[in-house]
Amino acid sequence: MSIKEIYDSMEYGPAPESDTAAIDFLESHNRKFQLFINGKWNAPASKTYFDSINPSTKKKLAKLAEANTKDVDDAVKSAKAALPKWIAIGGHQRSRYLYALARQIQKHARLFAVLESLDNGKPIRETRDIDIPLVARHFYHHAGWAQLRDTELSDYEEVGVIGQIIPWNFPLLMLSWKIAPALAMGNTVVLKPAEFTSLTALLFAEICQQIGLPAGVINVITGAGETGAALVNHKQVNKIAFTGSTEVGKIIKRAIAGTGKKLSLELGGKSPFIVFEDADLDSVVEGVVNAIWFNQGQVCCAGSRLLVQESIADKLYTKIKARMETLRVGNSLDKCIDIGAIVAPVQLKVINDLVQQGVAAGNEMWQPSWACPTEGYFYPPTLFTNVSPSSKIAQVEIFGPVLAAMTFRSHQEAVKLANNTVYGLASSLWTENINLALDIAPQIKAGTVWINCTNVFDAASGFGGYRESGYGREGGLEGLYEYMKPKVHKEFRSTSFDKKSSNKSQSNPTEIGIDRTTKMYIGGKQKRPDGGYSLTITDANGEAIGEVSIGNRKDIRNAVEAAHATKGWSAKTGHAKAQVLYFIAENLFVRKEEFAKRLMQMKGRSYEDATKEVDTAIERIYYYAAYADKYDGRVHHTTHRNVTLAMPEAIGVMAIVCPDEFPLLGFISTVLPAIAMGNKVIVIPSETAPLSATDFFQILDTSDVPGGVINIVTGNKEELTEVLAKHDDIDGIWYFGSKKGSTGVERLSADNMKRTWVDYGKHRDWIKQTHGQGQEFLRQASQIKNIWIPYGA
Amino acid sequence: MAKTKAKRKSTAKTISHIPRNEGIDYNADLFIDLNINRSAVERRAATIGKRRSVKKQWQAAWLLKAVSCIDLTTLSGDDTPSNVHRLCAKALSPIRQDLLTAMDMQSANITVGAVCVYHNKIKDAVSSLGSSTLPIAAVSTGFPAGQIPLKEKLKQIKLSVAAGATEIDIVVSRELVLQSKWKELYREVKACREACGEAHMKTILATGEIPTYTKVAKASWVSMMAGSDFIKTSTGKEPVNATVAVSLVMIRCIREYEALTGFKVGFKPAGGIRKAKQALEWLILIKEELGDEWLNPQLFRFGASSLLGDIERQLEHYVTGRYSASYRHPMA
Repeated sequence: MSIKEIYDSMEYGPAPESDTAAIDFLESHNRKFQLFINGKWNAPASKTYFDSINPSTKKKLAKLAEANTKDVDDAVKSAKAALPKWIAIGGHQRSRYLYALARQIQKHARLFAVLESLDNGKPIRETRDIDIPLVARHFYHHAGWAQLRDTELSDYEEVGVIGQIIPWNFPLLMLSWKIAPALAMGNTVVLKPAEFTSLTALLFAEICQQIGLPAGVINVITGAGETGAALVNHKQVNKIAFTGSTEVGKIIKRAIAGTGKKLSLELGGKSPFIVFEDADLDSVVEGVVNAIWFNQGQVCCAGSRLLVQESIADKLYTKIKARMETLRVGNSLDKCIDIGAIVAPVQLKVINDLVQQGVAAGNEMWQPSWACPTEGYFYPPTLFTNVSPSSKIAQVEIFGPVLAAMTFRSHQEAVKLANNTVYGLASSLWTENINLALDIAPQIKAGTVWINCTNVFDAASGFGGYRESGYGREGGLEGLYEYMKPKVHKEFRSTSFDKKSSNKSQSNPTEIGIDRTTKMYIGGKQKRPDGGYSLTITDANGEAIGEVSIGNRKDIRNAVEAAHATKGWSAKTGHAKAQVLYFIAENLFVRKEEFAKRLMQMKGRSYEDATKEVDTAIERIYYYAAYADKYDGRVHHTTHRNVTLAMPEAIGVMAIVCPDEFPLLGFISTVLPAIAMGNKVIVIPSETAPLSATDFFQILDTSDVPGGVINIVTGNKEELTEVLAKHDDIDGIWYFGSKKGSTGVERLSADNMKRTWVDYGKHRDWIKQTHGQGQEFLRQASQIKNIWIPYGA
Repeated sequence: MAKTKAKRKSTAKTISHIPRNEGIDYNADLFIDLNINRSAVERRAATIGKRRSVKKQWQAAWLLKAVSCIDLTTLSGDDTPSNVHRLCAKALSPIRQDLLTAMDMQSANITVGAVCVYHNKIKDAVSSLGSSTLPIAAVSTGFPAGQIPLKEKLKQIKLSVAAGATEIDIVVSRELVLQSKWKELYREVKACREACGEAHMKTILATGEIPTYTKVAKASWVSMMAGSDFIKTSTGKEPVNATVAVSLVMIRCIREYEALTGFKVGFKPAGGIRKAKQALEWLILIKEELGDEWLNPQLFRFGASSLLGDIERQLEHYVTGRYSASYRHPMA
């Protein structure tokens, strides 16, 4: 094209980024990559290789080794062998390594960016300006945490060998999110990048060699699902960190159920992008571009559901369509494009099929007038309007540049639509009214709420999901807990700390008492069991001392409904919740003798022992009452001009299966932290000694605990646990019991991804403060929501 | 003198294919609920130059386009006929002929968009430009602070038009913006427009002295409703001059105003634009947000004095592959 022609047309021309250095890197490995194990490149035992392609051109980039079970075993053993020394060098030395990684990534930033762009198909602008800078930032930030670890987090220790499986949409960025905190907290790593996009992880392995990272601290093994499965199932792996689809996340959860492996999952999403009528609509349009046309829409937290206030919907749709016309799709290395290639043909087909279904279902589909290039795997930006929530495109994660838009009439309807999903990863809401924004933000069930922005990330802020978007956070202080465990856990043991008593039972056989009908406690009322059966409770000598109701699945159902029906407990101020908790302690104190006697009767305790349990219970109530208004969130120091609030929120409706031992204290120690954090609970008290809990009904009645906040169902522990674990309207479950029961809870909870906390049959000494209370309980009873609030007039 | 004036007025025909913004009645409903989100605007502004890139002959063509949109400006206390004369000569022949020939653009008749001077220098510009139809812009209405009575402002405009200015760059009364006296602002700008007559009016908002983007947007709306042909960011004398972000706010208003009225209002960022790379970024901004129709001097101008020098050196680099020096290009 001549200059004159361009002068007249003012068109854009091609602006290709050079790929020379990236190709040189591939050639330096003869375009054939081995496995990075124990600091060296090893040919795979599988002797098998697979191709990695450039989705913009469909051309082969390199061959990658496929790790089999033997290779995975080698990698894990190498990580395990490296662990003791890595722990021993301490936080400061680890910090130096992380700092070196950050520097090295910065020094080779463009090489990483170009290689990522070639391999994944995402625009060079994004890898250059977003992915790689965030990677460096993540290592810098965690170099700091490594330094602080030994002094500021001294109650914790490393988890051990971490198996990490990352997705193809942000290959190096997800690597950094996984590796940086793992190393900072003293763990060693076996990382499996996604089979479509392993190249930057392999370049990263070279960087690890360059900085002299001790061999085995990081191992990179390539391969597909089977390699990942071998890693997940390896016995010497202590934790799995996975980012990927919800479907695979559930498989992993079930696979490691009961093994005691720690697990963090960052899964899919169908994140709402909510626009209120007073928003800056032109800015909203750019927000939409960043929400769904960033990285071809292949973003777990993509704002893929556009919820627009009815009054401005047409205006906004017109603006979005005009903007879509100016988007440019093309080769990922072209510096003049907005949207690159879809990662692989299989993903392109998924997108295509779902769009076809969306059209067939009668949704209004709109695409810009221009055509995509044909030499690669491209898909045009696509907008569906007037989408109904029942439509498949409004429900499933498309993972492509497809936006489903619908309208709402009122704020409350917006919240309902936003939460009408099994996912809960992120959300974005747009309004110029700070009151409205801060009213809506806590109501959205999502780990991240971006106010007047979207897809903004930083290492200092935690990222992760609610509901089936997974659990655990990555980034910030909250993310570190995924890579360490309380040192006190080592003291837990497989036998109970509850003293076996030799005392005679304290019941008085000469007095004829009044027969008591022990019912269950549901919705603040005593309820007869649905089944109409009762269970005899015996004392330490095997003599009958009372009866409790045998709850069944319908009683659980009713309890869950009662818990959901109670409004307002979570939203109560910390002070208000504390008042209720103190009142419980007050009323328990008044009836201290009675509760002590009950313990003597059930457990054959001495008066002294029984009183100690009651006193400890009162103190523990005080502990959580104290914390009800002190378990604060944080304001993260993120790199943007905004306030990033990390707020602990209630998990929602939780099931709590109490330990059998310490009938009163076990009940108090588990229920109180949960309600202090604003949860509503369904409690299964000690099966063998439930009477302390049933006696507690009257305390709850007299302590202003709103009906439905604490629901108590007695009966067969394991049967009821199974019902709870399978209940899809329960958001979290704690289980203190057997190893087998723990396994069942973890496995069955995978279906709705409820948060689980189980003891694998390891007992705590509930009397001991270090065992029976602490921030660990509060953390397990809450989840962090990060709310990003940019400012500036 | 009268003869020259008549001749200069005829330059308005270069703009004639785009209907002038005739303004509309004051209507607060159109802008009063506007809310501009600064952070979101800044994020868009920060990426706009990074989402697009023009290289090689595209870059050369785009830089030439930038040259054609420059209001080559001198606004100094020590301006005399001699430097105004140099400025005018440079305006008519902004790029070295050998470079134009190398780019096969020797017959494209590339000049800058206009020369821009104080009222007192209009007569020097008129005599320097001779028979050329290059527009002469005069800053007016108590430029740069605008702290003179409206009556005086209107008188200044009329004097400048009579002296041969075909474009008048007025400044708004910042007081009216700061105090949200929108209707008064409308009356003032409208009166200025009437005083301009055939001359095109660029309304300077002095955004560096407006505290919020929301007010920048409202002032843009009022200025357009009152009949401005262009809205312009800055006088070049405020502490903060044209930024991409504030420009984005203004051109989104231009887009909305066109959608409503059909009138295309021009845009002129001024102050602080010194580098070729910045010029490209602005052109990208205009192309992306307003479209190709705005990419010409009828609807887009740079208010700049040193920008041209950098563009010349970049163009020489394009032609020769060698980095140039400023002394190799004739000075303005």
